Amino acid sequence: MFNYKETIEYSALPLLPMEELTVTVTDHCRRGWRMLAFFGLEGESGREVICILGHAADQMLEAFRAPMPARYQSITPNCPQAHLFERELAEMWGVKPEGHPWLKPVRFCPAFEGERDSRPGPAEADYYRIEGEEVHEVAVGPVHAGVIEPGHFRFQCYGENVMHLEIQLGFQHRDVEHLILKSPAKLVLPIMENIAGDTAIGHSTAYCTVMERLAGVEPTNRAHILRRVALELERLANHTRDLGAIGGDTGFLPTSSWNGRITGDWLNITSELCGSRMGRNLLCPGGVKWDVDADLAKALVKRVQATYRDTRGSVDVMLETTSVLARLEGTGTVSRQAAADLGLVGMAARASGVDMDCRFDWPLCDIENPALSKRVPGSGDVLARTLVRSQEVDDSAASATADLTFLGETSGSEPVRSAMPEALPAGRLAVALVEGWRGEICHVGITDAEGGWKAYKVVDPSFHNWTGLAMALRGEQISDFPLCNKSFNLSYCGHDL
Amino acid sequence: MDFLVYLLQLVLALALAPLVPGIINRVKAKFAGRHGKPVLQLYYDIAKLIRKGEVISDTATWVFTAGPVVSMVTAVLALALLPLGGVASPFGFNGDFILCAYLLGMGRFATVLAALDTGSPFEGMGASREALFGAIGEPVLFLSFLALVSTAMSMGIPSTEVSLSALFCGFSPLAWVAGRPELMLLVASMGVLLLVENCRIPVDDPNTHLELTMIHEVMVLDHSGPNLAFILYGASVKLWIFAVLLAGLVIPAMPVWAYTLAMLAAVFAVAVLVGVIESIMARLRMHIVPALIGLAGAVSAFVLILTLVR
Repeated sequence: MFNYKETIEYSALPLLPMEELTVTVTDHCRRGWRMLAFFGLEGESGREVICILGHAADQMLEAFRAPMPARYQSITPNCPQAHLFERELAEMWGVKPEGHPWLKPVRFCPAFEGERDSRPGPAEADYYRIEGEEVHEVAVGPVHAGVIEPGHFRFQCYGENVMHLEIQLGFQHRDVEHLILKSPAKLVLPIMENIAGDTAIGHSTAYCTVMERLAGVEPTNRAHILRRVALELERLANHTRDLGAIGGDTGFLPTSSWNGRITGDWLNITSELCGSRMGRNLLCPGGVKWDVDADLAKALVKRVQATYRDTRGSVDVMLETTSVLARLEGTGTVSRQAAADLGLVGMAARASGVDMDCRFDWPLCDIENPALSKRVPGSGDVLARTLVRSQEVDDSAASATADLTFLGETSGSEPVRSAMPEALPAGRLAVALVEGWRGEICHVGITDAEGGWKAYKVVDPSFHNWTGLAMALRGEQISDFPLCNKSFNLSYCGHDL
Repeated sequence: MDFLVYLLQLVLALALAPLVPGIINRVKAKFAGRHGKPVLQLYYDIAKLIRKGEVISDTATWVFTAGPVVSMVTAVLALALLPLGGVASPFGFNGDFILCAYLLGMGRFATVLAALDTGSPFEGMGASREALFGAIGEPVLFLSFLALVSTAMSMGIPSTEVSLSALFCGFSPLAWVAGRPELMLLVASMGVLLLVENCRIPVDDPNTHLELTMIHEVMVLDHSGPNLAFILYGASVKLWIFAVLLAGLVIPAMPVWAYTLAMLAAVFAVAVLVGVIESIMARLRMHIVPALIGLAGAVSAFVLILTLVR
């Protein structure tokens, strides 16, 4: 057991037998631990699997490793949140979890080695089927009517009612984790920024945090605050866009149109920080690349406040329209139990009443931020997911305003970039947990003997939450799917890596 | 002479019909803070589509290509039964409202068959929704007609002359002042019917690109070229029909030229009203739509009962 900010010596982790690992992990999950990552890697003496668990209440992490078996008893039946991790492990390393209820490829990606050519293409697989006279199957995608990413959705319907939805992704697979291992150090940050284009700041924050924890470098407070501003601005832009899109899917025109413009305003504020609307090239290991001077900070505070006023007004128009509320309320409900069992993260989990937010559970720095608070509506429907966003817009704007004001008042007080060592210490493991706008981003880095990467694991919040969308549709009307989908607004490429 | 005037009005209506969706779109754009596409956009679209080629699925049969033509022609025929401005339709006859309703029903039937013919699951869903809402909407239309007919007969219109031209040409305002104000309620139920039959918000969203939520749009996804032009034109004529029915309930009798102008103004006012409704409210959840239509039916039934007990 170790504190989330600490690193551990990888080789000091005891090599458990796989049976013991599964029992221990199941036992921990039963006691309220959450599975953060579960993946395979090439160890010194053959392949290994490693499982990282977290316990938010006391901010502790736990790592277990075992030699990779050819087959083992699946954890999923006792601990559903492991289901996708086990499928991923089976796909990438050929490990068979026996007794897994729904074992099939996650992304249809080539294995780390071997049998590359015999693999099926994306979505070429058996799907869950319900047979019956009046049951019909609707297949949507991978090419959609809107300009969105590709994904395949299969509905088993009885009339208008959805009995089951199966989501099959993998069309965006770019082999990110492999690229990270192969790329020169300088190229890794741009890769991180492109894991999910709308979460560039979230993923680069996680990567930088892993690097800094491994190197034992603590960024200055100013760098931490600038990062927090960037993260909240990313949240503001995405929440604003999503609220507009939810309005659009209910056919509510005004908010849909206005938020399209206001989203641009938020992105433009981010671009003042670093020249990129998506926040690319802002962060670097050791801190941030660009400081904010007093004039810019002052100007940005004004813009944040003006844009926040626009956002609030536009969103209030929607949330005060009864026809919109009637459409959102009770649609696509995910129960608290289901959310907790499946290990949903971020605002989708909070909407269902699961009290988790990395900004509070696993803070990146010790600097207080009174503007932020956990927003946990709990009803788990589309309305709850809308309200989480609406409330977080308030919090994030207040937080960004306070932080930018502080940065303006203290401009030039300390550098924003600390020096990083030439090479990382060998054979250590570090974990970073960052609350991106969708939810918990988990990065795990393990260094090899030369200080390069032995393994690097990326877990995007979408990886956990797609299953939540499938659950939200159970027993719903098929015509409510687009709205439910928008209320989660998950990333395809973040899942596909 | 009346025949020529009517013909002129009919030509005017057919020529101006594509303007109505243009006005709706412009109103919506203004609400959204946009300039919006040209009011004449539908004319441009139709002109473009007519000259385009067409892609037809290998699995589709003649039913697929017949759908758009039938739905357009039936809409035009139904329009020709209506009084379009102070002059009785020369094609009208006693009881023609039944023909009018079923011409529209036939158009819907053809569209539904064409959608089913493609074999696409989306279109099948759209067809089933359209058939359901059509089936629930039909009694509402007939209850409204019946209330008018029953009032007309009790007010002395001979039972051999009960046609759309008699009922929708200044008759209703006459009845209001003659102590039958319950007919005012028909404006509400016919208004709901207009939204339902023309697939507008809150029933359907004509602007959405999401196949799973569509009703009318999803049934015509596979059509292209001239056939799509027929569908778009037919839909605008159908919108005109319901706007005329609504206008016919509220415009009092007046000279022919004035009536024609009032009719045009009323149709465009309906377009603006639809635009406003689409701008200020969200869609209903689909399983609530039958309740909305049922409400309109209840209003019409209530009017019918009131007219019968008098």
